[in-house]
Amino acid sequence: MTVYHLIWLIPTLPLAAFLILAVFGGSRKVAALLGTVPVGLSALLVIWTAVTYLSVPPAGHGFSEVLWTWFTIGNFSPAIALYLDPLSLVFLFVITFVGFFILLYSTEFMAKEEGFSRFFAYMNLFVFSMLVLVLAKDMLLLYLGWEGVGLSSFLLIGFWYKDAQDAGQNAYAARKAFLVTRIGDTALILGLFLLLQDFGTLDIPHILQAAPGTWQPGSSRAVWATILLLGGAVGKSAQLPLQTWLPDAMAGPSPVSALIHAATMVTAGVYLLARTHVLFSLAPVVQLIVAIIGAATLVIAAFSALAQKDIKRVLAYSTMSQIGYMFLALGVGAWSAAVFHFMIHAFFKALLFLGAGAVILAMDHEHNMFKMGGLRKKMPLVFWTFLFGAGALAALPLVTAGFFSKDPILWFAMASVKGSFWLWLAAFVAALATSVYTFRMVFVTFFGRQQKEVHYRPGIRIRIPLVVLGVLSLIAGWIQMPASFGHFTPFSDFMETLLPPAVMAGVPAGLEGWLEIATAVIALLGVYLAWQFYVKTPVAVYRFKQTTVGARIYRFLAAGWGFDTLYRVLIVQPVVWLARVDKRDFTDRIYEGVGMLNLWLGRLFGRAQNGRLRGYAFGIVLGAVIVMTLILFL
Amino acid sequence: MSAVPLHMGLLLAGILFLLGLVGVLTRRNVLFMLMSIEIMVNAAGLAFVVGASRWMQADGQVMFLFILAMAAAEVSVGLALIVQMHRQHKSVDINVLERLRD
Amino acid sequence: MNVIFYIAAIVAIVATLRVITGTNAVHALLYLIVSLLAVAVIFFVLGAPFLAAFEVITYAGAIMVLLVFTIMMLNLGQAAAKQEKSWLTAGVWIGPCILTVILLLEFIYIFSSADQYGSVLHPVSPRQVGETMFGPYVLGVELVAMLLMAAIVGAYHISGEKQKNYHRFFENQNEEI
Repeated sequence: MTVYHLIWLIPTLPLAAFLILAVFGGSRKVAALLGTVPVGLSALLVIWTAVTYLSVPPAGHGFSEVLWTWFTIGNFSPAIALYLDPLSLVFLFVITFVGFFILLYSTEFMAKEEGFSRFFAYMNLFVFSMLVLVLAKDMLLLYLGWEGVGLSSFLLIGFWYKDAQDAGQNAYAARKAFLVTRIGDTALILGLFLLLQDFGTLDIPHILQAAPGTWQPGSSRAVWATILLLGGAVGKSAQLPLQTWLPDAMAGPSPVSALIHAATMVTAGVYLLARTHVLFSLAPVVQLIVAIIGAATLVIAAFSALAQKDIKRVLAYSTMSQIGYMFLALGVGAWSAAVFHFMIHAFFKALLFLGAGAVILAMDHEHNMFKMGGLRKKMPLVFWTFLFGAGALAALPLVTAGFFSKDPILWFAMASVKGSFWLWLAAFVAALATSVYTFRMVFVTFFGRQQKEVHYRPGIRIRIPLVVLGVLSLIAGWIQMPASFGHFTPFSDFMETLLPPAVMAGVPAGLEGWLEIATAVIALLGVYLAWQFYVKTPVAVYRFKQTTVGARIYRFLAAGWGFDTLYRVLIVQPVVWLARVDKRDFTDRIYEGVGMLNLWLGRLFGRAQNGRLRGYAFGIVLGAVIVMTLILFL
Repeated sequence: MSAVPLHMGLLLAGILFLLGLVGVLTRRNVLFMLMSIEIMVNAAGLAFVVGASRWMQADGQVMFLFILAMAAAEVSVGLALIVQMHRQHKSVDINVLERLRD
Repeated sequence: MNVIFYIAAIVAIVATLRVITGTNAVHALLYLIVSLLAVAVIFFVLGAPFLAAFEVITYAGAIMVLLVFTIMMLNLGQAAAKQEKSWLTAGVWIGPCILTVILLLEFIYIFSSADQYGSVLHPVSPRQVGETMFGPYVLGVELVAMLLMAAIVGAYHISGEKQKNYHRFFENQNEEI
């Protein structure tokens, strides 16, 4: 009996917590305990499993356990089955580990909020769904988790739906998130239908094994199925064209943004694409599209982040951009690099969100960066951990983990057979923008003149997660060194038992070294530019914004390149117009019409009943004539 | 002494009946309506008698007697009603009596 | 005999026409009497002398006289005649005339298929009528008697004046109130 047989406990513990909290509620203490301990236990289980896995990998590099058969229809019988392999192990680790720390943080962050136990119930539901998603052996079970995270996200974004000030806003943001991701979900289920049709089952290992035999590379079946799967991934991961929901989703509490919209749910798309990598390699066109979507999103999001005032919106666009990097990596075939970046990104993005949450709490729920300032002295711990996270985000060379995870992506974008110079250039330019906006955020928030008094000192439950994640943001990169540092690559070795390595095109040797130096340089350049424009001479930016061109550029970027307006004009307004036109319900009018016709006829004939004798006599005669005619001639 | 063709007799009865019918439908004066009704009754009786003469039996004539008696009864009651109507509404226009309307 | 029949028929039709288009009530009644007398002649021609007599005595003699009395009692006068004229516009005649013409055509169609003959050669005597009446149809006779009784009672009751429940001394006061 190995630890593998206890894997089913990993999602079940948060599920139990959710059920108890949802049904019974509980006092703050009970809810806090019930909300955090089960996830912590799951985290410990995952670590134990990981240790066992790394020392004694199971046969075939994957462990599967069928819990029970879900249902049977004809030949189709999906099972509730769990599958453990390197990919799911990495994701499990991130979800439970980061999740636990975020929940710990929330016990203090949400301490004064109403609906405390409801919050932890929803968070546990989310953790459960996400765990099911990554542990699922059958795509239908994966879809169950997929839907579950969508639901929890909706519930948590709109958590403060009763808030008098932005009541409409929170609920609107939640609805928007749900609807936009719904489009993706529909694409995904259509893709699942195609897969079912072609393979007769939705069992993932089975599909991945049978795919090369069943599909011709580049065949239209492969293209359609993978495009639909990509559609689903794009929706959940907030990539082009379904990216509009993520900035508005910041209406939820900061721990929610940290867990769902930084570390886990938005990476569900990455997981899906990595999991079905075989299918994508059979449709190179679609894989190219993945890379293009990733590249486009990362540029758009990075430049939009430059113009945001709300600290959480900067982080939201930043998440969009970083996931674009992951998609780019997936698109050029660098599967393990994408997963590595996912892990590192989870650490530093969660850290940044938690730090931002602490700042917001200290500033009395003020989100506007430009109204903060000088917090460096007042909140030193928050400042230093935030700085570590920002450094990782900007991929400051060598010291931060971000460097070790982002650099390979840039390298593969240039050097892989599926990569190209243009993809690399997009990622390179966006890296500069990333560095700029990140340190813009740091300098505006923590440096400069203090504008508001700080009344709040973060407690131990906020400080511990910040410290842990901060340390990880610095050192976690050391498990995957680039080639020029010597071949210390335990991570990709681990991943490559499952995912194939990227195929390299012929590139001149030593190019990798030059690219690394270039990346390092622009990261530092970004810091310098941010220092220059936001600490030394902020008036330059101000004057730029005053010019007409500058103002227009600024507005365009701040609105996320106008996608919201585009969708509103193209889709929302016609649908709303249609709904208004149909408000009186056409089809109902037909039935109403029948009734109204009868009423009208009745009224018409009622006029014959006017009490006048001669009229009645006339009627009698008329009737007699008609009847006689009928009898005589018919 | 030739005989009268039957259809001529029936036709005459028909024409008289229809004339009475037109009178009922057209006139507004109650008395004229009553007179028209009498014409109609008389015409119906004529039809019976024509039939009796064809079979040379008395049944049709007995029917006519019954009809006649009924006409008499009807006229008396009708006239009583007309008198009452005149007393109440001071008019013999039949359109005055329209309380039984929708 | 045929000729008499046709002459009497024409007289009846013309007289009836004058009845339904007349404006003076009394004149119309007189035309009606003429029509009834013509019909009586036709009865004779058809071999029903008893009925002819009956028609003259009862119909023309009693019923029409009753109508004449009522008309004279109502005392409608010249104003009524003028009103009659105004009521009888052309539009009033159109509908009934159309219907009547249709019915007439149908009657002609129906009756033209009959080709038997009635005869004056074999009149039905009063004795025959009496025997039939009090033979098979005696029940009908009794019912007719009851009908006449009901008619008398009804006519008396309906035409009675409303009982005043105050003395005629107070009549004017009531009207004022």
